[in-house]
Parts: sequence; C-alpha cells; structure tokens
Amino acid sequence: MKHAKTATQNACKLCNPLGACLAFRGIENCVPFLHGSQGCATYIRRYLISHYKEPIDIASSNFHEETAVFGGSHNLKIGLKNVSKQYKPEVIGIATTCLSETIGDDVPMIIREYQAEFKNGSPMPIMIHASTPSYMGSHIDGFHAAVRATVKTLAEKGAREKLINIFPNMVSPADIRYLKEILEDFKVPYMLLPDYSQTMDGGPWGEYHRIPPGGTPASAIAMAGSAVASIEFGSTLEASKSAAGYLEEAFGVPRYHMALPIGIKESDKFFTLLEALTEQERPEKYDDERRRLIDAYADGHKYVFEQKVIIYGEEDLVVGMTAFLTEIGITPILCASGGKSGLLRKSIMELIPGMDELGIKVREGVDFVDIEDEAKLLKPDFLIGNSKGYTMSRKNNIPLIRLGFPIHDRFGGQRMHHLGYRGTQELFDRIVNTVIEQRQNASSIGYTYM
Amino acid sequence: MEQISILEGRHKQVFEKKTGGEQVEISCDTSSLSGSVSQRACVFCGSRVVLYPVADALHLVHGPIGCAAYTWDIRGAVSSGPELHRLSFSTDLQEMDVIYGGEKKLYHSLIELIEQYKPKAAFIYSTCIVGLIGDDIEAVCRKVAKETGIPVLPVHSEGFKGTKKDGYKAACHALMQLIGTGSTENISKYSINILGEFNLAGEAWIIRKYYEKMGIEVVSTLTGDGRIDAVRRAHGASLNVVQCSGSMTWLAKEMEQKYGIPYIRVSYFGIEDMSKSLYDVAKHFPERPDIMEAAKQVVSEEVKELYPSLQKFKKALTGKKAAIYVGGAFKTFSLIKALRSIGMSVVLAGSQTGNKDDYARLKEMCDEGTVIVDDSNPVELSKFILEKEADLLIGGVKERPIAFKLGIGFCDHNHERKIPLAGFVGMYNFALEVYQSVMSPVWQFAPRKGVKI
Repeated sequence: MKHAKTATQNACKLCNPLGACLAFRGIENCVPFLHGSQGCATYIRRYLISHYKEPIDIASSNFHEETAVFGGSHNLKIGLKNVSKQYKPEVIGIATTCLSETIGDDVPMIIREYQAEFKNGSPMPIMIHASTPSYMGSHIDGFHAAVRATVKTLAEKGAREKLINIFPNMVSPADIRYLKEILEDFKVPYMLLPDYSQTMDGGPWGEYHRIPPGGTPASAIAMAGSAVASIEFGSTLEASKSAAGYLEEAFGVPRYHMALPIGIKESDKFFTLLEALTEQERPEKYDDERRRLIDAYADGHKYVFEQKVIIYGEEDLVVGMTAFLTEIGITPILCASGGKSGLLRKSIMELIPGMDELGIKVREGVDFVDIEDEAKLLKPDFLIGNSKGYTMSRKNNIPLIRLGFPIHDRFGGQRMHHLGYRGTQELFDRIVNTVIEQRQNASSIGYTYM
Repeated sequence: MEQISILEGRHKQVFEKKTGGEQVEISCDTSSLSGSVSQRACVFCGSRVVLYPVADALHLVHGPIGCAAYTWDIRGAVSSGPELHRLSFSTDLQEMDVIYGGEKKLYHSLIELIEQYKPKAAFIYSTCIVGLIGDDIEAVCRKVAKETGIPVLPVHSEGFKGTKKDGYKAACHALMQLIGTGSTENISKYSINILGEFNLAGEAWIIRKYYEKMGIEVVSTLTGDGRIDAVRRAHGASLNVVQCSGSMTWLAKEMEQKYGIPYIRVSYFGIEDMSKSLYDVAKHFPERPDIMEAAKQVVSEEVKELYPSLQKFKKALTGKKAAIYVGGAFKTFSLIKALRSIGMSVVLAGSQTGNKDDYARLKEMCDEGTVIVDDSNPVELSKFILEKEADLLIGGVKERPIAFKLGIGFCDHNHERKIPLAGFVGMYNFALEVYQSVMSPVWQFAPRKGVKI
C-alpha cells in the first residue's frame, strides 16, 4: 500500500554543517568551529570518525538558553578566543547551524568586532565564515559553501601565474591523493582545495597534534586568484555557489566545470583538459592505466552487461557513476539522491542523451524508504551507494556495493578510489566481483573457476 | 613535546590525586565551555539515548534533518520483537517551515506515520529551532493522541536548553506520563524494574536471566528491549534497580514519590559489582531467604566458570595502565574495580556527566597520582594519556581514534558496542577485548615506542 508521506524516513542526506566541517578539515592548520549547540559538533564528529577513523576536533560555541535569547555574539567571541588559545590555529572555519541562523546572528559582524577587540593579542587566526543553515539543502551544500567562503576570504588578485586551481568536490582522501599525483606528474603548479587527504587519513602520532598535519595552506589559497584556470568537478554545482565560480567572477579565472571523472569517457575529458591547459601530453603512466582499464572492461564485460542497478548518494556522485555504469552496459534504472538541486536529471541528460530510451529514472529529494519502495518495483540486480543502504539491501536481499560517504560498516572507505582510470578500475573490479560472487553462491555446483 | 595547557575556566574540572596536595573541589554539572571541543552532546542526545530502545514506539524528531540522520540506528540496543526504533523519522524542517512554523508538518507526519507503522505510542523530540519558532508541540500531540488513540508524548529536548542531563530528565518525564496507565494485576510482590539498562548487545537479557533465576519477576526494563505496555505497568514493581544512574535516577525518585517504590543503585560491570547488584536486590526481600540463597547460587556458579578463564588475561595484563573516559561516573567506579581484577591500574578517570558525590567517591577509589577529569576534551585526554603512559583507553567512538593515533589499546564501552560487557559473561568479554587490544603486536610500530616513522 502506498502511504502519504510528509516526514522524511531514513534520510538519504545529512545536514549542511557536516559538509562544511569536512571541507574546513582540508585547510592546513584549521579548526572547524560550529556556531550552535554542543550536540551538532559532537554528532558530526562521531559521524565523520566512524567513516574516516581519525580524531576530528570540531569546536562549538555551545549555545545556552541565554545565548538563544540574547544572541550568540558573546559565546562566539569567547569560543574563538578559547580555540585560538588551545589550538593555535592559523585558520578558524566557522560554520553556522539552524540555531544561530534562526536567531539571526550576524556572524561576519561578530567576527569583525572580535578582530577589533583582540587585535593586540597574539597573532590573530584567519576567520572564514560559511553560512550553513541545516534547514536548507544538505551536507553537500555546506561543503561547497565552505569551499567558496574559503576562497572568498583568502584568494587575492595577482599577475597570472602558471597555476591551476582544482576543486575536486566531496571525494575520498585516496581520490585527492590520486589527483595530486596526476598534477605532480604533469609538473604543473596547482592549488587543490580542500585537501583532507592527510588530515582525514594520516599516520600515527608520536605526540598529540591539536590539528593534524596536512591540508591546503592559506598562503596557497591566496594565490588562487592568479591561476590560469580552475577545474571544478560536480555537474550539479552551479557557478553562483562554487569556489571556481567566485574566482571567475572576481578575478577572471576561467572555470572549467565538469562531472566527477569516473569511467573512461569522463576521465578522458579530465586528462584532455589538463593536456590543453598545460600544453603537454599526459605522462605515459596514465595511458597505461587507461589501457589496463579498457582491457579489464573486455575481460569482464559479460558479467555486467544489462545488469540493472539503483545508484544513490550525492547528486554529483550519482551523475559520475551513471556515466561510468552506462559505458560498461549497466543500466542505472534509478538515479536517486536526497539532494534537491533541480539539476540532477539535466546533468545526466547532458552526459547520456539517450537516458530515457535506456530506462534511466531520476529522483531528487528522496529518502531510503522511497528508494526501497522503488527497489521493490524495479527489482535491481544490485544497489550502489553509501553504507546507509544496507538496511534496505538486507531486507530485500539485494547486494550492495559500497562507495562514497559514509561507509560505517566496512573498513577502509577513506582509502577507496573513485576517480580517474585508477578509481574506475577499482570500482569495475568490485562490481564484477560482486556479480561473480552472487553467481558462485547461487550455484549448486560450487564452481572454483568463474 | 609541545606543552599542552588546560584552558582557563577548566582548571576546576581537572584534578590529580596527591597526598598533601592542594584539595580542589572538582567542579562539575556546568555546561561546557564555548570553544573547547567537549566530548559531550546536547539535551536532544540525552533524551534520544534514553528513549531510543523503546522498540514499539514511533520516534519522530521534529527539526531539520541532521538530528534524526545522526541518530539513525545509532545504538546497539537490540529488541526481541518489533524494531521500529531502528528507523529514523524526521519532519525535515525547511526554510519555509522555520518562517511559517512546523506544526502542520508535524501533525501530518504524525498522522501518516502512525497510520503506516501502527506504533503503541509516539515520542516527539523537539530540536533547537523548534524552541525558537514557537511551535506548540503539546497541542499537536494532544490532538493527534485524541485522533489516533495512542499516547503521543512531547519530549522537550531542544539542544541548547541545558546539558545532556536535562535531556535525560525530559525523557524520564515522558516515561512518567506512561507509567501508571497499565494494569498491575498479577505482578508478584517479589518484583523489580530494571532502570537505565538499554539492552546493548542483549545485556538486559543477561541481567534479567540472573534475576529470574533468583525468583524475581522483572516487570519492566527501562528502556532496553522496551515495550510501551511494559512501561505502563512499571509502577507495579516493588523495587527499582537503577543502573546508569546519570540517566535514570530522576525517574526512580519520581516513582518513589508518586508510587512509593524504593530504588537502589547498581552496576552490572565487573564481578564485584555484578554480584553486589544481585545481593542488594535479594536483601530487599529479607522475608524470603531463599532469594538470597538463589543469588549466592547464581554468583557461585557464574564465578566458578568465569574466574579460571580470566587468569590468562590477568597474567598478561598485570602492570598495564588504563585511562577511562566514559559518559557516566558510576560506570567509571565499576571499570576501576574490573580493571584491578585483571591486574591493571587506572591512571586517568573521568566522565562527561558526573556530579559532586561521584567525583568525591572517585577520588577515594583512585590510586595516588590518578588524574580525574570532568567534561574533558581530546587535547586534555591525550596530554594525560601520554604523560601517564597509559596502555589502554576506555571510551566511546569519539575517543577511539585518539587512542589509536597515539598507539595504545582501546575498549569501546559506549552505546555502539556489539559485544555484551555486562554480567559475568560480560566481564569475560571485557577482559578478552582489553587483552586483545592491549597485547596486540601492532603497537610495536607505534611511534611512542621510539620507532621512527
């Protein structure tokens, strides 16, 4: 029976400030700071830790009743002072919450007051403010808001340098490391933001680090205004909300906007763009990766052809994955997201003009109960998305291939590759193995060669 | 090493036990300092953890999506029947709702969800902004209760209106609305309620079995493997047995006042405290010496089986040092004793929500040189772990990566654990987990051993 549905049940999204905290972790020597109740910081830390397995300190201005009545200015200032003292950060990334947004705190003004009041103290950290009310959008909007606010605060105008900005979207630490490797192999100076490849997936510590090593230095972000180009991943990310969009508008840095490079076609676009921007050919090693991937496609094509899947998660991840899946003959019969940009269908259509003929259905703003209802009707061969789909996978006996964020019930989500030839190779192997495992388990014979 | 200082305003929440040293009254029960990275949560969190295990109730979070998303299937609280508590429901308030109010959305959500899931009752949690936009939750709840015929209980858990403890109280208040509404017919005189036991990894079942072996009837477990009908008749029990005192003492006191049911505080962690919790219940029924006999029988059987199996761990762990940082102080006491019984000493002990009496008792229990902290933070915890050369940290998810980064063992003693640590079998599991983590050869590569990385 179909039920009327006002409430969100088993949400396929998280709140705005979570994304901002993650993005701020990608700036060197930066402490994320939530202007709101203590619980927001604690829940978000817990949620991130369960995926990344790293200590994640997020400060909070710790609202009380009086704070909510008289405004958060006093608490925010004390908080900034305490964080500065205890963490000695170079940057404090301040994100708002539903609470501070609803009472209407003017955070930029409070920051200016704070800077005026305490300017004679020790060196003042740089303060970045991102507006991230939890009642708007989802975690991915908070992520982009923080990246844009960072660039807005730090980027300066300068003579054009041979520098490329790269804004990779909310990808894994492993993906970030891979992108850095590519740019280093191209021997081109770059500014990648946010870079949490080390802060969210680092080594052991001999002593306690208040702020873990790693991240994009503020001084590097300052150069972003003088870059020759910005590359920004994320089909549904509009220029008006993005860091690259700001840099184009404010400093005339051209914005090259593309889907997450997953699959051969989208990865090719990325490498071709890099070749054009750097006026050189890609290093041989990436041709090798590409050739191995094409070879793997050939070896595994029969397992995956005409398999039907449901893919869900952040919209940009869904678009990137859909491009990849269709090029190996898998049909994403449902592309679903808890996000609601209004651009998901259009973005998929741009990459796959024949999407309707293929039977690709798109739904924005859904939760896991909606997706499960669809799954019951559509009967996909498997599900692809974060670990929160496990409940529906188990209940309906549909295998789940985990990727993206969060992965709370498996090990190593932070080290999983998604992007480029290497990431696609990893995903392809996993998908093929899922199909093989299914068939092997279902067979009464117990084949030892599959 | 870089000098780590304690934040001003936190000096009174950190204490080192020294003979002849300055005697500072540890300050607690305060809200966390702005800008320090507290390991605490908020009022909502307190309410949510207490009510979460009630498995046949609808738990609807009224607010933007975060609060519901972060508490979806978050605890290891298991149910022997319905599992409605493992779903996450939110009114997912949007900007327009914030401007024009969320009452309508709340009403429709409730009506639809009750129709779809047929719960025995509904708990409506208010989150931060609901406290600001002025939704009349009470009125909506009354209306829906009338239309659907089930109890619809508002839980006033706006995150900023106090600390986690206030959230416990709000949850207990909601439970009090249910208690007393069911029939107490056929309840034995020799009966108890188990309060503050949340059935993580089936712990309530273990405890319940011990009491039942003693001939005691367990009327209601609040709230582990909880059912609304059982909550409704909790006032029929003769005694309330309170664990996790932080969350449930308020309810016990209310029940004492309203129904004249006395309560005792217990802990099910470690051999000593587990045994005591059975004896203390038996003592409450002096006219039935057979209950005490049965309790002794249970303890003796269990200990006979457990004791030899602990020796291997004790041999390996003797002389190792532990740091404890958990939610409630009462648990800390038990853990100190449990650790001692496997040869370990405690160099740091602290809690998120202990009160003055708890800390006084903690001071008494601890060894010379032990650091005691209230509402600590990662910087402080790390400082003391390194200074005191701890080999193990006991805590929850947020503390785990601190231990592993610093290259020491960790035991998860929080809501998410999947292995029961309560009861006699729990003591075995605890010792095994500590042993497996502390004695692992992987720490030979940790930089604190002087290894170059």
